[in-house]
Amino acid sequence: MDLVKPDYRAILQLITSGSSVLDLGCGSGDLLALLEREKKVRGQGIEVDDKAVFDCVTKGLNVFHGDIDTGLSEYGDNCFEYVIMHMTLQQVKKPDFVLIEAMRVGKKVIVGIPNFAYINARFQIFFRGRTPVTPSLPYEWYDTPNLHFLSILDFIEYCRKWHITIEKSVFLGAHRKISFLPNLLAQTGIFVIVKTIEIGA
Amino acid sequence: MTKRDKNIGLVETQYYTFAHSPDELQLECGEKFGPVTLAYETYGSLNENRSNAILILHALTGDAHAAGFHEGDKDPGWWDNMIGPGKAFDTNKYFVICSNVIGGCKGSTGPSSIDPKTGRPYGLNFPIITIKDMVNAQRCLIDHLGIDKLLSVAGGSMGGMQALQWVVSYPDRVSSVIPVATTANHSPQQIAFNEVGRQAIMADPNWNDGDYYGKELPAKGLGVARMVGHITYMSDVSMSEKFGRRFKDIKQPFKFSPEFEVEGYLQYRGDNFIKRFDPNSYLYITKAIDYFDLSNGKGLHESLKGTKARFLIIGFKSDWLYPAYQSQEIARACKLAGVEAVYCELNSTYGHDAFLVEVEEQSHLVKYFLERTIRGFSQA
Repeated sequence: MDLVKPDYRAILQLITSGSSVLDLGCGSGDLLALLEREKKVRGQGIEVDDKAVFDCVTKGLNVFHGDIDTGLSEYGDNCFEYVIMHMTLQQVKKPDFVLIEAMRVGKKVIVGIPNFAYINARFQIFFRGRTPVTPSLPYEWYDTPNLHFLSILDFIEYCRKWHITIEKSVFLGAHRKISFLPNLLAQTGIFVIVKTIEIGA
Repeated sequence: MTKRDKNIGLVETQYYTFAHSPDELQLECGEKFGPVTLAYETYGSLNENRSNAILILHALTGDAHAAGFHEGDKDPGWWDNMIGPGKAFDTNKYFVICSNVIGGCKGSTGPSSIDPKTGRPYGLNFPIITIKDMVNAQRCLIDHLGIDKLLSVAGGSMGGMQALQWVVSYPDRVSSVIPVATTANHSPQQIAFNEVGRQAIMADPNWNDGDYYGKELPAKGLGVARMVGHITYMSDVSMSEKFGRRFKDIKQPFKFSPEFEVEGYLQYRGDNFIKRFDPNSYLYITKAIDYFDLSNGKGLHESLKGTKARFLIIGFKSDWLYPAYQSQEIARACKLAGVEAVYCELNSTYGHDAFLVEVEEQSHLVKYFLERTIRGFSQA
């Protein structure tokens, strides 16, 4: 049985071996450690939570303790092959600014978002009148670190509006990939995006 | 005896003298200087391929006695809680060296040493020394110990400056560097505090332009310098917890003698400092700290470019003498220079002294960082 979480497995498959990776909001470093182990990437994480930073160090990762809302200006353009923002974008104060910075710093950006329009979430709002709690949005309203709520369609629309190219997208349900009606049936959307001239310039 | 349980036991300071004429040490000020003696201690043992050596460097008034006990002493070395069997710098695994500095007064050549040319203490004839000079002298010691490449160089405060200078001066001889509660250059505020200390020493009539050896010592001036120092090493919170506004237990008529506990503490620390530190060394070393600027006018990241050493940078939230932003600047320079680094800002209320007392979290970081470094080291 595959013990790796399906979203980590999906990201693992998107990344070229031996590449350089910056993981924004790397948490306890499980994904980055997996990428270092399986893909021999040169990894760097940024994480704001004290305990998570300690966990990263325990795993032997390179991690900066800090806030990504202000944290990318030191990096030059295109200095990482991949910048990962997995389950991070919805937690930062200025997602559009951080996304533009991520696209400046990375040749490709991998964004993973929890889908707010997942059928179960819709059900909870529509029939039960409750703020949804789903596997990808596991928090109660009073303890959530999420500041922004978006759906897969929201993100696709955002990229279209700002001329961001979505190179690849992977949609995940509880146990498998979703290809039919992802905005309704997927819990998580993972996108590989690249900047266009309008954004990058 | 409980204190000694997880301790490395009795240790002795050793001495290495080098830079004899005509191969004197080239100093940054342009002068050649020698002979130079460095005091140092070692703990643990060097492995067969000489790849497990870690150099520990001390702060302004520290010494080579970092761990273990000297014969007859009640207290262990200054970083004993970090160095020893099973500790952060695990002496079962690593060969740990702690070196004193040139310009100091703890067994190394400094202004209180005898000038072989005159037979009298150098005093102010001692040349200006810099952090780079300290490191160059230590490089001679590391050569002498037969170590080609250090697994790590670590230190807090001025020790962190030396560690940073090591990686810039000798990038090929260091696999990792652990600068703790330090900076790549002094801010005007930090220079200002040092200057108050220096002025206090020089205002003491006994200072006598540095020529006081064998006479009355400028103890009061040095004491005031130490008091200012101690204030900057603590935090508002740690002082409140330690002293509050409590009064000392005195029943004397009012004469501006110390009444508050904090006054008594500072005076005690100040008065006793002369027993263990030379005022001229205090002047020379604080100047070396003030001159230190790793960016070298180019920007810190330029100085770090190309280094293969990994960095573990640790700052403390309550440290207002070396505020965390200065550690962040080092981390930022690592990002810009593409250097592998870990940066961690620890929660502590102890102020600058945190690097000496916050053992648990620092130990965790150092232990795992070194383990990762040694894995990379054996691959290289």
